[in-house]
Amino acid sequence: MNAVIQRLKAARPQLALLVLALLVNVFVAPGFLDLRLQDGRLFGGLIDILNRGAPVMLLAVGMAPVIATRGIDLSVGVIMAISGAVAAAGVNAGLAWPAAILAALGTGLACGLWNGLLVAVFRLQPIVATLILMVAGRGIAQLITEGRILTFTEPHLIAVAGATLAALPLPVVLALAAAGLTGLLVRATALGLFVEAVGTNPRSSRLAGVHTGLVLGAVYVWSGLMAALAGLIATADIKGADANNAGLWLELDAILAVVIGGTSLYGGRFSIGRSVLGALVLQAMRTAILRAGLPPELNLVLMALVVAAVLTQQSPAFRPMATRLMARLKNKEARA
Amino acid sequence: MAVTPPPVVLAARGLTRQYPGVRALDGVDLTLRAGEIHALLGENGAGKSTLINLLTGAQPRDGGTITVDGVDIDPDGPGGAVRAGIAAVYQEITLLPNLSVAQNLYLGREPTRWGLVHRSRMNREGAALLRRFGLTIDASRPLSDFSTAVQQLIAIARAVDLSAKVLILDEPTASLDTAEVQTLFTLLRSLRDQGLAIVFVTHFLDQVYALTDRITVLRNGRLVGERRTADLPRLDLVAMMLGKTPTAESHLSRRPATATPAGAPLVRAEGLGRRRLVGAFDAELHAGAVLGAAGLLGSGRTETALLLFGVETADQGQLLVDGKAVTLRSPRDAIRLGFGFCPEDRKLDGIVAGLSIRENIVLALQAKRGWWRRLSTAQQHELADRYIKLLDIRTPDAEKPIQLLSGGNQQKALLARWLATEPRLLILDEPTRGIDVGAHAEIVRLLEDLRDRGMALYVISSEIEEVAAYSDRVLVMRDRAPAGLLEGESITPAAIVNAIAADHHTKGAA
Repeated sequence: MNAVIQRLKAARPQLALLVLALLVNVFVAPGFLDLRLQDGRLFGGLIDILNRGAPVMLLAVGMAPVIATRGIDLSVGVIMAISGAVAAAGVNAGLAWPAAILAALGTGLACGLWNGLLVAVFRLQPIVATLILMVAGRGIAQLITEGRILTFTEPHLIAVAGATLAALPLPVVLALAAAGLTGLLVRATALGLFVEAVGTNPRSSRLAGVHTGLVLGAVYVWSGLMAALAGLIATADIKGADANNAGLWLELDAILAVVIGGTSLYGGRFSIGRSVLGALVLQAMRTAILRAGLPPELNLVLMALVVAAVLTQQSPAFRPMATRLMARLKNKEARA
Repeated sequence: MAVTPPPVVLAARGLTRQYPGVRALDGVDLTLRAGEIHALLGENGAGKSTLINLLTGAQPRDGGTITVDGVDIDPDGPGGAVRAGIAAVYQEITLLPNLSVAQNLYLGREPTRWGLVHRSRMNREGAALLRRFGLTIDASRPLSDFSTAVQQLIAIARAVDLSAKVLILDEPTASLDTAEVQTLFTLLRSLRDQGLAIVFVTHFLDQVYALTDRITVLRNGRLVGERRTADLPRLDLVAMMLGKTPTAESHLSRRPATATPAGAPLVRAEGLGRRRLVGAFDAELHAGAVLGAAGLLGSGRTETALLLFGVETADQGQLLVDGKAVTLRSPRDAIRLGFGFCPEDRKLDGIVAGLSIRENIVLALQAKRGWWRRLSTAQQHELADRYIKLLDIRTPDAEKPIQLLSGGNQQKALLARWLATEPRLLILDEPTRGIDVGAHAEIVRLLEDLRDRGMALYVISSEIEEVAAYSDRVLVMRDRAPAGLLEGESITPAAIVNAIAADHHTKGAA
């Protein structure tokens, strides 16, 4: 119980941001908070945000440990496209749906393994290593779909985005389950400690006996798997694999979500839960802008502002500056 | 001594620099005369780098004055120091390898024509400048085309051309071979004869005697003294650097000499070495005994530990553990055999700043158990609290970030990290560096206690008296090779200093 309270306390900034974004939603769309149960499934604004936000939630869950090792994974958007293409091509080629899904997830794992190899074994800078797949991956996806939007009618594959489980859309259940599983994996084993140690000081960690290469490789593999799952949802949602647009720029959303979640790009401490909250904040903002009838272009500007604010607040140079500014203001007041 | 001393170019008086919790430089004087090469010597943490940083304005000073040609200066950055006539060339060459030689020489002050860089003139003048330094090369080629030695000369040419009064060279020979060192020395002598004051920082004593006219020695942030090189025997110089007069009695009492440790050694290195790192050395480590390692900075003392712990892999000789030959490819291999290692640079290689004391303490044990068998939070707390109490780590609780601890307490936490793995051999590199006097004695007591409980210890230290006090045998390193092994009654501070300083005629070129 104590641990739960402590975690909620640590997530105060993210929770505050989320509440703020939700309040804006309530303001522009009264009735936003209404929930109704219809045919055994919940409907309402909150559910929409969870459902729409599921892919980025999954990406953020995979991205958080990567960033905690002082790395970054720019290829997750592209992995979404590839895994979607593999699933669609699979069922269209007569593969059974479980095989198609497994093939898609396996593709994600393979992509992650490739990134992990480049970073952990060949010591490429993560931003460059994953950029390689980011650039090449769209091409790979297009080769699989042969340049078309590969539609499909396989009902089980469509159900990945459309089915209901425990009154919730399946993507929500999948994203939350993945977050829970990842949280368990990093905190119930020593992986979380190793990830944070390697991200903070790789040299000390190696000297203390941490298998730094394995830790680095593992986070990219996991990120690839999460991205593949997100890709399945995105593909099922439109009942087709769109190699050009699936997951486009979502790697940036995922990075933002993790950063809003309080993980520093310099590596170190990370939190799966807060990264998920970060993804929800982004989705809530996006929904608010759409519902307000504002041009969607504004979305990007607003998100940029939020990120600038969050990052400035995290910057080590900011605090002394703010303190000095406050002191000066107080002095002025005192003199006045 | 009858000759009138040449005029003083730069006089620094009472320079002081305070870092949080430690006074890096404490009232240090430095006097540089025209036409002299001045060696600035000291072990790690003596304050050499800080002194250079204050002279070049890279860091602000907290006290003291610097005068150049009798005029007070207060460099507020490298630009200000250059204007005052002080330029520095560092060990890691700070030029831009992707630009041309001429661009590097004239960076920030390019000759221009119609507001644009006059490239052909720059190349011409650059080549002419380098010819005066004995280099005939095409200045339009990229800097990276040239060897480290040539780059070093180019850096010096730039520095001298910028400001021709004081030239500071920080470990300029560290990555040069013998012939290149000679070329550099020829150049430095000719610059000296032109009236330049040159500061030469090095840890190769042979080079000090081959090149310099005067020596200033620092230790623990304080000035030990300034001597003429010709008047200072090597033995006295080493004693100054290590803070030990060879004749004085040790204030630490040496425990009664034990017979040579009985039984087979736990670890035995036979001719272990690695090219360009450290020459073949022998070492025997016995349970319940301390092997000390002494030597100056750069003598190869740290490198022996790197090989014994698998940080670097040996390419010659063999290592026997319990009589069986083993190859260590990574620290993990060494840890599996029951080794532990507290490195010299606590901040860079030791603590994981940002993580808590608890997490830092459990890290090695957890790594040894593997990621799957996590120590439960309760076990971690129990472990951390036990060692905090056992080693008397001064902290309100185990959850504090480790970087908030003092140096001595950080060192104890690192000791705790290894003790938690119940090692058979503990390797410690400078376990008492940068630690206040009280904690110093505590660490030494801890080590003696560990030895008495049957652990094998390998302790590298520049604290000669400490090494002499607790070691059963002492390995002395010099110029990246073993220089002697002292045993039993022959271990005295004086004997160690003698072994370190013994004349030796091969050039220390790494």
